[in-house]
Formats: sequence, C-alpha cells, structure tokens
Amino acid sequence: MAQEHAQNLPIPQSQIYNQKLSMKIGVLALQGAFIEHISILRRLGAEAVEVRLPLDLVGLDGLIIPGGESTTIGKLAVMYDLMEPLQTFAQTKPLWGTCAGMIFMAKDIGMDQPLLGVMDIAVERNAFGRQVDSFEIDLDIPAFHNNGQAKGTSLYHAIFIRAPKLVAVRGNAAVIATLPDGTAVAARQGTMLVTSFHPELTDDTRFHQYFLEMVAETAKERG
Amino acid sequence: MSTNGKVNSEVGSLKVKIGLAQMLKGGVIMDVVTPEQAVIAETAGAVAVMALERVPADIRADGGVARMSDPGMIREIIASVSIPVMAKARIGHFVEAQILEAIGVDYIDESEVLTPADEEHHIYKHNFKVPFVCGCRNLGEALRRIGEGAAMIRTKGEAGTGDVVEAVRHARTVFGEIRRLQLMPDEELMTFAKQIGAPYALVKETKELGRLPVVNFAAGGIATPADAALMMQIGVDGVFVGSGIFKSGDPALRARAIVQATTHYNNPEILAKISENLGEPMVGISAKSLPDNEQLAVRGW
Repeated sequence: MAQEHAQNLPIPQSQIYNQKLSMKIGVLALQGAFIEHISILRRLGAEAVEVRLPLDLVGLDGLIIPGGESTTIGKLAVMYDLMEPLQTFAQTKPLWGTCAGMIFMAKDIGMDQPLLGVMDIAVERNAFGRQVDSFEIDLDIPAFHNNGQAKGTSLYHAIFIRAPKLVAVRGNAAVIATLPDGTAVAARQGTMLVTSFHPELTDDTRFHQYFLEMVAETAKERG
Repeated sequence: MSTNGKVNSEVGSLKVKIGLAQMLKGGVIMDVVTPEQAVIAETAGAVAVMALERVPADIRADGGVARMSDPGMIREIIASVSIPVMAKARIGHFVEAQILEAIGVDYIDESEVLTPADEEHHIYKHNFKVPFVCGCRNLGEALRRIGEGAAMIRTKGEAGTGDVVEAVRHARTVFGEIRRLQLMPDEELMTFAKQIGAPYALVKETKELGRLPVVNFAAGGIATPADAALMMQIGVDGVFVGSGIFKSGDPALRARAIVQATTHYNNPEILAKISENLGEPMVGISAKSLPDNEQLAVRGW
C-alpha cells in the first residue's frame, strides 16, 4: 500500500534529475492536479511555472491544462480574462489537456459551459459513469513503439477518473490511443494534444516526454 | 479486486480513489440541501457538492440524532449537477455507506457532524469501491483513517460555527507534526508511531513525502474568502464550506468569491477585490463558547 500511495504524490527532491532543458512550460493552475504535472516536468529537466493570470503566459514555450473539474476551470478562466489569451497561445505554441483539460480544449461537448474550442474534437463528459466506475488499464500506444524499449514494452498504464471520451475526431485531429474496445481516449492535432486519462498520476513519464518533444519541434520551426 | 472485463484493468482501485481527490485540489466543496442549491454551487465554480438534509449549523440548532440523508434526495442532487456529489455516513455505520455507494455517490464523508453509530470503530473503507474522506484533528488520527482506507483527509475544524479557529488549530497541528517527523532520525519513528497511535508504514511514508500520503482539505468554520485563503496559505489542498455559504446573506455571490479566493489565495489584491460587498456572512458562534457535549470535532477515535 505504501508504494501505491507514493506514486500518486509529488516526487521527493532527491529524485529530481540533474539535466536541464532550455524550455519553460506553464501549467494552468486555476484548480486541479497542477502540482503533479509541475513535479514531472521538473524531474524531466524543464522549467515549470503555475499560470493563473494572462500575464503568466508570457515567455512560455508550451502549456498544460491539468485534470480537475472542467466547469470550475472554465468559469475561473472566464472571470480572469484567460479565454482569448489561451486561444491565441494555442495558435502558435503547444498545448496539452489531460481529462478536464481535454474537455476545455474541445469544440463540442454537448453541454453549456465555457470551452476554449481550439481543437476539432467532440467530447462526452463522465462517459464511463460515476466515480465507482473509475478504472486503470494498460493501453498500447503506437506513438511509443519506438520509445521506452528499455522496459521491453510499449504498454502504457493509464488512469481514468470520471473520465471523458472522444466521440468525434475531425479535420486534422487524429486519434493516438484507444481502449481495447476501440473507444478513442487520446488525440493530436498539430501542436495540440489531449488525453482522457491522467499521465500526471503515474511514474511513467513518456507522455510528458512526448509533449516536450512537441515543444522542442515547435521551437525549432519558429527558429 | 474486481475488473470490468477489460485487459489488465481494475475498477475502484486505491489509485483512482486518491486520484479523484487530487482532481479536486485547489477547489471548494460546498454543502447543499436541495438540487437548487447544488446548481447555485456548480454555477459558482464548486468542484463538488456535499448533499445533506441539514447543514451543520441547523444540525446544531435542531439537536437530536443526525443520520445519513434520504437517498431519494441525494439522487435528485446527483441528477441536477455534472460535478461529483459527496454524502455523509455516520462514523462506523458501514450500512449507510453501502447504501450511499449503491446510489452512485462519488465520495463518502464518514463524518463527525452526524451522530456516531460506533464509538470505538470506524468503517473499514478498503472494502468499498467508492472513496472515503474522513476528518482528523492531528496526524495520528489522519494516519489511522488512511490505514482504514480513507482516500482523502479533511482537518475537522468545528462544523456549523462559522469560526475558523478550530480549522486553523487542526491544520497547524497536522502540518507541525509532519515537520517534526521530517527532522526525526529513523530510529525514533517506531516510538513516534506508538505515541500518536498511527500505523508505522504510514508514518515512514509521511516522513519521506513530507506531507500526508493523500489529499488534505480543510473544513469546519470557513465562512469568508479570507478564511479560505488563510487555510490554503497554511498549506491545505482545498476547502470544504458547509454552513458558511447557504447561511449567508447572498449565497451565490459568497460562493463565487470563496471559489476565487481558493485559486488566488496568494494574491492579496485579488482577495481584497473579491471580498468587497458580499453582504452578511453567516452569524456564527464562537467555538470557545460551546459546551463540551456540543463539540463535534472530538467525535472520532
């Protein structure tokens, strides 16, 4: 039990890697599991900062919208004039939404709540049921087939909590992960990434590395 | 452990129980007694609602035995909002908990606000797929509850008073004990575990993490945006507001302000702005003036 707990919480200082990456990633810190994302980003050598106000977006190379309650995050984003700055940010810089973040980035969720509407996806909230239906499962992620070979497997252990699912992926958006029954649970559209599940709750850093690679590519293209 | 028929899949694991609490961090959980109040709470930006028949201030005023709420009323609240819905079971009343799990409540609060059903034992919470939050006044009590399977902790405070003093006392006690634990050499941990009546493995884990192994909210007496920000600056992960919202002059406005204060807890300019013109706070009673037999926080063993 002790180990199961430990995986869920901020990584002890002693385990932070010494390597430094020259990128600064923001994590939207209006509400939710933002500290978990920041811990992993720092462990991977990136600079990570909390974003609560439009001014906090200045100088960032990428942004993560964490898991939390999408209604709460949306309302606070509206109250503090973050909607337009976030939409503008998404046009040029990489953006990754996990769970609530995925809902917030979608064009269509079939419910009335504030959305950034930057990604050509339709999302259904609480698509797997209530909390008693929350689950964890191993996923086969094709994008990781050439990565993480050291562990001898590309299976990715994903945590779904009152999770949403992708019900439509349109235009340039493409599905990058599905459940064994074919349900779409992660997608990418250019510099935008969404996951129904919570990579910030595991010790497997591959999704964060994948996002940091997107950030590095985008920075390179910008010159 | 059960599976849902998928490959290498597990439903209701400790990880997803603790994980939901992690998603609630930086948020406000509000007590509501009707679907209309639940909608007001959701509209104001609450991360979850606690469905109950009477808020703690009324439980205090009415006296008598306080029990689990009518499941029909909880179902109506579940149907009225998209955010998680919590509900309270009496301490040790595992059948009330079974009923709450059966109707699809997202979190059960095994709560000292209700009249305890067992004065020696708490519910064995590992037996449930639904996660539990439990109250504590100190580190030993927190780790005993986590040992029994609680996936979230709240410092108790003194519910239904609108007086934040006990919430502060309990949060400072827990954080102070953790700070002391972090400085302790390993050979002293077993004796410390014995003294505070906590499982050794969890004491050791808390020392390594420098915090409780689960999410820790504050509760009991929070009535203003400044109270919420105070608890956040002291170091809790989020706040429960019980009577403080719907016993105030303008619940919608106050709810919205407390949500903003919990996000911008470190920004005094924003706190000043959102604290303006909120109308009357709940009247409140000084926690110190309560006779011993009216103190709720002492319930729990």
